[in-house]
Amino acid sequence: MIPTHWFLILSAILFTIGVCGVLTRKNGITIFMCIELMVNAVNLTFVAYARQFHQLHGLIFVFFVMAIAAAEAAVGLAIFISLFHHRHTIDVDEANLMRW
Amino acid sequence: MLNTLWLIPILPFAGFLLNGLFGKRLGKGFVTAVALLASLGAAVAGTIAVVQYHAAYPTGGLHLNLVYNWIASGSIGADISFQLDPLSVVMLMVVTWVGFLIHLYSVGYMAHEDGYGRYFAYLNLFLAEMLVLILGSSYLLMFVGWEGVGLCSYLLIGFYYQTDYAPAAGKKAFIVNRIGDFGFLVAMFLMFAYFGSVDFAKVSSIAAAGGVEHWLLTAICLLLFLGAVGKSAQIPLYVWLPDAMAGPTPVSALIHAATMVTAGVYMVVRSNALFRLAPGAMMVVALIGALTALFAATIGIRQWDIKKVLAYSTVSQLGFMFIGVGVGAFTAGIFHLITHAFFKACLFLGSGSVIHAMSGEQDMRKMGGLKSKIPITYWTFAIATYAIAGFPPFAGFFSKDEILASALNNPYFPKPFSWLIWSLGTVAAFCTAYYMYRLVYLTFFGNFRGTHEQEHHLHESPASMTIPLIILAALSAVGGALLGWPHHHFLAAWLKPIFPEIGGAPEAQYEISPNIEYALMLVSSAIAVIGWWIARTRFRDRGLEADDQFARNMPAVARGMENKWYVDEAYGATIVRPLEGLSQFLWRGIDALIDGTLAIVGYIVAAIGDLLRFFQTGNVRNYALMFFLGVIVFIWVLA
Repeated sequence: MIPTHWFLILSAILFTIGVCGVLTRKNGITIFMCIELMVNAVNLTFVAYARQFHQLHGLIFVFFVMAIAAAEAAVGLAIFISLFHHRHTIDVDEANLMRW
Repeated sequence: MLNTLWLIPILPFAGFLLNGLFGKRLGKGFVTAVALLASLGAAVAGTIAVVQYHAAYPTGGLHLNLVYNWIASGSIGADISFQLDPLSVVMLMVVTWVGFLIHLYSVGYMAHEDGYGRYFAYLNLFLAEMLVLILGSSYLLMFVGWEGVGLCSYLLIGFYYQTDYAPAAGKKAFIVNRIGDFGFLVAMFLMFAYFGSVDFAKVSSIAAAGGVEHWLLTAICLLLFLGAVGKSAQIPLYVWLPDAMAGPTPVSALIHAATMVTAGVYMVVRSNALFRLAPGAMMVVALIGALTALFAATIGIRQWDIKKVLAYSTVSQLGFMFIGVGVGAFTAGIFHLITHAFFKACLFLGSGSVIHAMSGEQDMRKMGGLKSKIPITYWTFAIATYAIAGFPPFAGFFSKDEILASALNNPYFPKPFSWLIWSLGTVAAFCTAYYMYRLVYLTFFGNFRGTHEQEHHLHESPASMTIPLIILAALSAVGGALLGWPHHHFLAAWLKPIFPEIGGAPEAQYEISPNIEYALMLVSSAIAVIGWWIARTRFRDRGLEADDQFARNMPAVARGMENKWYVDEAYGATIVRPLEGLSQFLWRGIDALIDGTLAIVGYIVAAIGDLLRFFQTGNVRNYALMFFLGVIVFIWVLA
């Protein structure tokens, strides 16, 4: 059986990749995908611990996270479509109306 | 009618609504018809109610007509409920019929004025509120009418709103009355707190049953009297009434002579059960009344505005009424209220007729010799003057004499105090005769002193003005003898049921031995004749020269009287200007300080905001970085 800490290391790597993506990319869709990556890294952690402790709580939590991530994706995509309508771009650096 | 008493005030109120809303569009004919019908309707409805009341309660009971529960809250409550009892009946008849006569007079007097509809709307509203005041069965409902008539008084004093003095006079009346209303309100709070009710009947029976603490009764009486002092223009709050002459003359007759200003007297009589148990408060009432009677009369001696003389005379006569109720002669107070309503309304309307003839001139120095030019006005005015001066057998003689006789023989006060009140009242009665005949001789005798144009324009007033004058003059002549012939006193017998039996308090209608009474009558008549004779010798032939001579002989006294003893100036220096100074200080000082502090706080916040806004870079990745740093710090702190 694969030890739990391997899962955790993988999860940490995925999460870090996600963070770096969010911080460095300009394209809104890409940022979005990076956020999904972070969310799924957390899911992996939940599942790993659920397996180790033989409990269902972690698994149930994962379902919630996936459902909310789906809702978030719908809202996020709607925002980007709206942004594209107005600006003809989804470069987040261009969306700076609220800047000082 | 007895179970629809609310109809009586509703009728003039409907007139107010009609004239107020549509009067301007529908023209003068409509306004006249509505106003006269509304006031006549109230008078007729009132009379029917009185006739039915007398049939239903031949011995004079209390008839209550509950309209609905106004306030119900735990153990306390108040109803909209109207009542008829002998006192309400008397007031109802005086207010509605004198009110109707003055409405009729106004049709002629106001014919050429702008704001005809507005005038009659206010006048009808006044009548409605006055009827609520006298028909209401609790202090609270009375207070509603009390404030309502105050409002109408304010509106009608300021009727000529384009001038600068009329609105100022209206405001003065309103503000001075507030001081009195404060007393009335606190008295009601005390009743609610200690008696649990403000119904006349309940309060009266609780007090009459005994056991109420003396300080409480005295406090309630003094506070109620403070309300009366404001509304009925007594020292120290009388200053608004002379200024109130800025309103149209019929208003002065109706509101500031015959009805509204007597509300204070009515209220004290209504509270007779309380007052009789608080002799200390009665002493205050009698003393204030006597001082006011004399003080105002002395000012009246040296005024030249015909309406100002009558205004001070009203203040003085109200003082007489308070002497009456103050010495426990409540019947005499109400009696004088009635006769005063007749003769003072007649005098004011007569002065209005003079002013009308003189094309708006009010200064007696410009008049003179009007007797032959406006004979009806002269004769009615002369009769009313006999009445107010106290010539037997005119109305004022009986009522004033009864008040003075009661003052001397009352069972409440120690003898020296009774003598003091009586002598103040008698001197005031002398002054009354003197200034009234001065007015008559300056106005109607001698040579005409106005401009040629005014002389050419002189004319007798139209019938709508002279008919009320004649009726009121007739009432001034015979009203006193009919209502209150000594020892065959109709009014005393009629009012008897409103004075409850109270153990420990003297009878409200005490007997005066006939010998003393006839002696005092002789004194009163002599006083009136002497006052008239002195005025006649001075003013009949010499006119204004007599005033000049007075000023030469006693310059200080003359100047004092002329300037109303500088009371307005004294109030200005001690109350008005310090208050104004305080307001200025609060506005310019305290208010500016608070505003300034808040402004500084605002500037600081704005400055911080100016610094912080540089964080809003507009770069999404920057925000994300901040977010992650924040999360890291958060976890660091938690761990």
